Amino acid sequence: MSTPHVLLGLLTPRALHGYELKHAHDSHLPGAKPLPFGQVYATLKRLDRDGLAAEAGHDRVGGPDRTVYEVTDRGREALAAWISRIEPPAPHLSNELLAKVVITLLVTDEATARRHLAAQRAAHLARMRALTAAKSSGTLPIAHVLAADLAIAHLDADLRWMQTAMDRVTDLHQEVHQ
Amino acid sequence: MIIEARDVVKAYGPTQALRGISVGMGEGEIVAVTGPSGCGKSTLLHILAGILSPDAGTVRYQGRRVDEWSESQRSAMRRTDFGVLFQFGQLVMELSAAENVALPLLLGGVRRRRAAATALEWLDRLGVADLADRLPGEMSGGQQQRVALARALVTEPKLLFADEPTGALDTLASEAVLQHMVQAAHTQRTTVVLVTHDATVAAYADREIRLRDGAVEAAEFALLGAGTALSAGTAETSR
Repeated sequence: MSTPHVLLGLLTPRALHGYELKHAHDSHLPGAKPLPFGQVYATLKRLDRDGLAAEAGHDRVGGPDRTVYEVTDRGREALAAWISRIEPPAPHLSNELLAKVVITLLVTDEATARRHLAAQRAAHLARMRALTAAKSSGTLPIAHVLAADLAIAHLDADLRWMQTAMDRVTDLHQEVHQ
Repeated sequence: MIIEARDVVKAYGPTQALRGISVGMGEGEIVAVTGPSGCGKSTLLHILAGILSPDAGTVRYQGRRVDEWSESQRSAMRRTDFGVLFQFGQLVMELSAAENVALPLLLGGVRRRRAAATALEWLDRLGVADLADRLPGEMSGGQQQRVALARALVTEPKLLFADEPTGALDTLASEAVLQHMVQAAHTQRTTVVLVTHDATVAAYADREIRLRDGAVEAAEFALLGAGTALSAGTAETSR
């Protein structure tokens, strides 16, 4: 995820200071990790330096001055380019899972690798079940439902991979011990 | 356990479909039976539902040995106590949605007026009351499955057997059918045996029984405390 472009997008409807921007990010992208304040301010400084955003004044409501930023014309162009760019399809397999299976087979045996995959599958399915229940509750805003849809799709991809890994454990065991 | 299979074996000619399976489902529980194609999950469902007989082993429903019953006894039990839902709803194409849903009640001796009223209630519960007068051919696949679900639940069965019930539907239509199924099952404390190869469908169940080559690979019990809040962190989306 390109945080600079996301922040430019959030600044487009109206100028915001860093504090507002952080909350706009977290509420618009509930599925993403909350953005640390430090990263928001550092990114704003870089956007300012690169001419993509600019200071638009200061805001003071019972506290210290806060610098308000707005998107510049160059920033709007950069945002449009980012929006129109198709991202290269990348696998979402968890490299860590793959590494664990290979290392497990290297240092132990097939049964241990299978047990590990079965336990990982149970954990994935439990998470998928929790997301599904939350989605089915009928109380989530659509943005949260979509975030859950995305998380479920990723979990499903991992689960499919785990099934294939389970099917290939014997061959992989032979290969790592050649 | 409301239904229990013990050491069940089933073969089709030289092919062993089930190799001594023992499983059970509690009252009001939704259990997903999963596994790759050919693992025996549909055979298990058909045996639990009394549609097929096991070659060996026992099947008990509410403590009674139903595998020893005659076909007519099992058929009567299916009519009163069981509901079934398959991938394609198998609605009667010449009958309207309301007539399809009323059918199991009429076969069970319920009077026509009462059956029609109950059918309409169920169509309403499943959000398809406006389709009551439509023929199946005039409905989408998702709408047909909701009508089929209403028909499966209209007799308020103790057990619902669902075999890949959303296998032919797109994501949103599938979601609607499954959400209605879960809600109705929980409201009525109907036990659901949900056969699927799809993890996103299995996620609607309380727990999973996973089959592989005709045997139980893993019986995974509901992880209490897994929680339903999204705030626990959806790292999956930010990788």
